[in-house]
Amino acid sequence: MRIPLSAMIGLFFTAMYFFIAIFAPWIAPYGLTESVGDVWEPMSAKHWLGTDSIGRDLLSRMIYGGRTTIFVATAATILSFTLGSILGFFAAVVGGWADQAISRFVDLIMSMPSLIFALVVLSVMPVTMTVLILLMGLLDSTRVFRLSRAVALDINVMDYVEAAKLRGEGRAWIIFREILPNALSPLVAEMGLRFIFMILFVSTLSFLGLGVQPPAADWGGIVKENKEGIIYGVPAALMPAIAIATLAISVNLVADWILNRTTSLKGGRG
Amino acid sequence: MHPILKLVVQRVALSLLLLLAASVMIFVGTQILPGDVAQSILGQAATPESLANLRAELGLNDPPVTRYFDWLFAALQGDLGTALTNGRDIGESLGKRLGNTLFLAFWAAVVSVPLAIFLGLLAVRYQNRWPDKLISGITLTSISIPEFLIGYVVMYFISVKLGWFSSVAMINESMSLGQKLNAIALPVFVLTLVVLAHMMRMTRAAILNVMQSAYIETAELKGLSMFTIIRKHAFPNAIAPIINVVMINLAYLVVGVVVVEVVFVYPGMGQYLVDHVSKRDVPVVQASGLIFAAVYIGLNLIADLVSILANPRLRHPK
Repeated sequence: MRIPLSAMIGLFFTAMYFFIAIFAPWIAPYGLTESVGDVWEPMSAKHWLGTDSIGRDLLSRMIYGGRTTIFVATAATILSFTLGSILGFFAAVVGGWADQAISRFVDLIMSMPSLIFALVVLSVMPVTMTVLILLMGLLDSTRVFRLSRAVALDINVMDYVEAAKLRGEGRAWIIFREILPNALSPLVAEMGLRFIFMILFVSTLSFLGLGVQPPAADWGGIVKENKEGIIYGVPAALMPAIAIATLAISVNLVADWILNRTTSLKGGRG
Repeated sequence: MHPILKLVVQRVALSLLLLLAASVMIFVGTQILPGDVAQSILGQAATPESLANLRAELGLNDPPVTRYFDWLFAALQGDLGTALTNGRDIGESLGKRLGNTLFLAFWAAVVSVPLAIFLGLLAVRYQNRWPDKLISGITLTSISIPEFLIGYVVMYFISVKLGWFSSVAMINESMSLGQKLNAIALPVFVLTLVVLAHMMRMTRAAILNVMQSAYIETAELKGLSMFTIIRKHAFPNAIAPIINVVMINLAYLVVGVVVVEVVFVYPGMGQYLVDHVSKRDVPVVQASGLIFAAVYIGLNLIADLVSILANPRLRHPK
């Protein structure tokens, strides 16, 4: 199997970010909330990326921040996929009024922009990491639902599924043994895109001050903490934003490669 | 009844239904889901008396269904209630800000739509050659970049390093159109970048889809000139998908505006919503959420209506 250069680059950076996220406490040179210098010190040998708005080491904040961002995004993606694909397969296999009910409900949720919906809910919910993961996962599962329902509808009319039905297999067997293995490749490619969307989503919420709460750090939050510096020409706020973009592009390169290898199905953003 | 008219009426009715459902969701999302709104507004340190007072003020003692209909009918008559945080009339503050947001979104659309269609056509013209590949590459990059990064990069380089435009986009009524346009130049630029790539790629796909149809091939085989093919066969069929693309992206623009407004401290709807979400000012959040949903559903409705009206197959029923 030949892996194209773009996918190699994508795989390398994705793996690197995940490695840093997992081993953050051992990699970060300073503590998360440790004040170690002046406000917005420039880049130096001691502080590779300089210091932030209250004198904490920016590189260390970024490393811990990446851990939070990647953790939240991964957890939300897993939730979104588990829920979305099971409901999608169920709707496709069962059909009838159950399919109608779930599909119309999903249409309803998708009729509102997910950022606006999230903001409305966050105005009354306590902003904790659990709430964020649940909210993002549930909102995003609508998109996974649409994709997996469409894929499962195609597979459901295949001869081997018919054969399984005639053998008298139950719905659980049809869903997990017949449809799931055959629907896996488009879903895996979609998973990359949903993961990127989750990274952007949690970063945007934190940037707006409604995501991960300080003193915990995540990339969007670090942008928010340092945004005043931009006007004075301090690029500290750009660093985490660049990290978000490079991670997202890397995952995108990998997802694009998987997608080109399998199918032309693709979900939207927004 | 003419089939087009029937479709249009159906589509409008569906949108109204969706909007009604969205209002239910906004209401349920803010009032019933969590334990107690009053508690979360006042925080853990609230005394029982102040909690009881706030509950009475918010009407939390009525049954939820009654509260929903009270809220909905008041909103339909233009009464959006008063903000908890400053006691001001929400409709008044919202109206001004909605105008500002639409002003910003309008100019972003004026710049980005023709540009995206032109670049999309360019990508089709040079399909699979370097301009096309460049456009695909930019698209891939741009959907991976958060709006606020584009915003701050633009602000850092154009406004701070080059000093061309102000980093803060403040506008007010006393400014002339020219001054206003100067103030919103950077946010418009950022919003254009946010939607451009997506719109370009979708335009490209829409046109390619039409150009690969059997009737285009037939027209070519008939010996029609390229110009006639495009004018009489490709364009009427491509217009609907292109307008659809434009509308979907305009709807996306309405969301992107939230972040861009916060970046450039622009006095619009998005900033207003975000501010009041952090202050947990529920009536304001409900009202702005409803208006965002209405604009979003409205743009999607227009997209569908235009595709129905522009579809030659529907306009000339057999």
